[in-house]
Amino acid sequence: MRTLQTPSPESPPAHGDAPAIRCRGLHKRFGDTVAVKSLDLEVRRGECFGLLGPNGAGKTTTIEVLEGLQERDGGELEVLGMRWDRDASAIRARLGVQLQESEFYDKSTVEEAVRMFRSFYPRGPRVDALIGFVQLDEKRRTQVKNLSGGQRQRLSVACALAGAPDVLFLDEPTTGLDPQSRRQLWDVCEAFRAGGGTILLTTHFMDEAEHLSDRIAILDRGEIIAQGTPAELIRALGGDHVVEFASTAQIEDDALSALPGVSRVGSRGESRLLTVAALHTAVPALLDLVAARGGDLTALSTHHATLDDVFLALTGRGLRDE
Amino acid sequence: MSDPVTSSAAAISPETPPPPTAPRTAPGPDASDEHLSPLRELILSRIRGFLREPEALFWTFGFPIIMAIGLGLAFRDNPGERAVVGVERGSAAERWTAALRASPDVDVRVLDPAAAALALRKGTVGVLLAGTGRLVYRYDPARPESRLARLTADAVVQKAGGATRPVAAADDRSRRPGGRYIDWVIPGLIGLNLMSTGMWGIGFGIVQARQRKQLKRLVSTPMRKRDFMLAQVLARLVFIGLEVPPIVLFAWLAFGVHVAGSLPALSAVVVLGAMTFAGMGLLCAARARTMEGISGILNVVMLPMFVLSGVFFSAARYPDAVQPFIRALPLTALNDALRAVYNDGLPLSAAAVPLAILAAWGVASFAAALKAFRWQ
Repeated sequence: MRTLQTPSPESPPAHGDAPAIRCRGLHKRFGDTVAVKSLDLEVRRGECFGLLGPNGAGKTTTIEVLEGLQERDGGELEVLGMRWDRDASAIRARLGVQLQESEFYDKSTVEEAVRMFRSFYPRGPRVDALIGFVQLDEKRRTQVKNLSGGQRQRLSVACALAGAPDVLFLDEPTTGLDPQSRRQLWDVCEAFRAGGGTILLTTHFMDEAEHLSDRIAILDRGEIIAQGTPAELIRALGGDHVVEFASTAQIEDDALSALPGVSRVGSRGESRLLTVAALHTAVPALLDLVAARGGDLTALSTHHATLDDVFLALTGRGLRDE
Repeated sequence: MSDPVTSSAAAISPETPPPPTAPRTAPGPDASDEHLSPLRELILSRIRGFLREPEALFWTFGFPIIMAIGLGLAFRDNPGERAVVGVERGSAAERWTAALRASPDVDVRVLDPAAAALALRKGTVGVLLAGTGRLVYRYDPARPESRLARLTADAVVQKAGGATRPVAAADDRSRRPGGRYIDWVIPGLIGLNLMSTGMWGIGFGIVQARQRKQLKRLVSTPMRKRDFMLAQVLARLVFIGLEVPPIVLFAWLAFGVHVAGSLPALSAVVVLGAMTFAGMGLLCAARARTMEGISGILNVVMLPMFVLSGVFFSAARYPDAVQPFIRALPLTALNDALRAVYNDGLPLSAAAVPLAILAAWGVASFAAALKAFRWQ
């Protein structure tokens, strides 16, 4: 007989105030390759924290160390105020994990998969409530192999929520999904947050990180190179707008920096990038400069500064570049 | 299961939510008594996985029956098993042709010298009677059927030549039920089948689940590892319920093979055997990451037993020096216990030693697998 515990939405008092995740100097290597380099991170209760970085930045390794699926080689790590070496099963009961790769037997149905995962947790929502929450009611008797990519990801989230977790880990949840499926998954994440849940998410989509996250850490080659709210990170660029242009004239960086309101000069391929405070002063000045050098503009575009620009400014590479 | 009406999964509004983007709250823990046993769910998952793979079904149920048909045909009791005796045309042997033809135990073929040599080499005649002055028996003593044919032919020839038997004896040719090859081989086939379906099925299933990260996902939950392993073993009990009775039934209908002992005793041996080989399958699959890896391991583990454990011929044929080793193999133990019940009609107590050996293999494998298991 299982002892029926009164479900309490509050965490046990001992760990009640501890942050969802706290790590200091986290280290992980595979042979000679350092995958995660002295990582400091604190994820607060109830927030959505995004780990943003290009492929191979160490996002998956980081999240799997936090999930207790991989051993760390150094550093301190606490999840919900508990430690993996002492309280592994207590932590597991309060985490929801979604992996990047396929996780289900192809020929089990939605309902069977959710039911099995639900059975592993001492407490949690009803199976039909979980299925309803991710809007798969009509697919409950459909086998996994016949689900679309988006439906499969939502099933995966339903299984991750089977124990009514305090922290939900999502590893690249929308990679390979069409825009509508991404939207649906985002809705599910936001609904989980609305109930007080904490999310740690990895992604290489800056719009996803910006849309879902309260705070973001930008990860590159196993290191956090910037951390803050999306607005803070963008503000750190020094301007709200980015002007991207290409011209036939050779213009040195100093001349571009001297243009009004330009805080940064960079380049991507053949194009030059200027971070500027105001377009209406910077763009006419740029046009004059190009004309003065006797060149032609071959391309000109402007956009609001994004996290992609932040990443580019920090690393000289785009998030999506290989 | 609780009554859905009284459930309090109330976090979700009962109305249909307006299209996909309606914000909702995550369902919270539910106080209703929806008890789900992880062991039961894991067993069900395993059984579904098996029943939804048509190929696995075919190999499990079709293979032993095909094997039984093949062996039954090859070793059927054709009346008399007559010795095939060749007589070389123009040799001293030809004068005995009529006497040989008269014998019910002999099938005589009179052949030209060239054809006779060929027939002897190919084994289509067991012995060739030749010689110019004196009668000569040509045969390969390494072939049992050749030695038998030589004895049979010689007996006929000596009798026709006027020999009398110094010791009077009579033949009693009545058949002993349960003493035929097919009676003996059916329990061996059941044992072989329990070993191979158990080990292949579990081995491949585990490695596939590991490759697809299903094990990694499971181990990220509070699921008890022991439950997962136990589910693999217990699910086998459902499969053998579908797997073994058809063989027993087929052997009885097609070849008249009877279970001499009690069916409960036979079932107990089968269950123990299935669980032991399930445990060994888990151990073999404990660390393998690829299909090639697990295939290699399973072949290395099973092939010696296939040859040594008395499936198709008695293990007693091997030298005394290796007998202790052969007796200690789990398949030998299983086959001995099966035959004790199936052929000899003995109670389980008579097979206590092989059953203990079998159980020891099962428990040790399961414990080692639980320790060594790689979840990702």
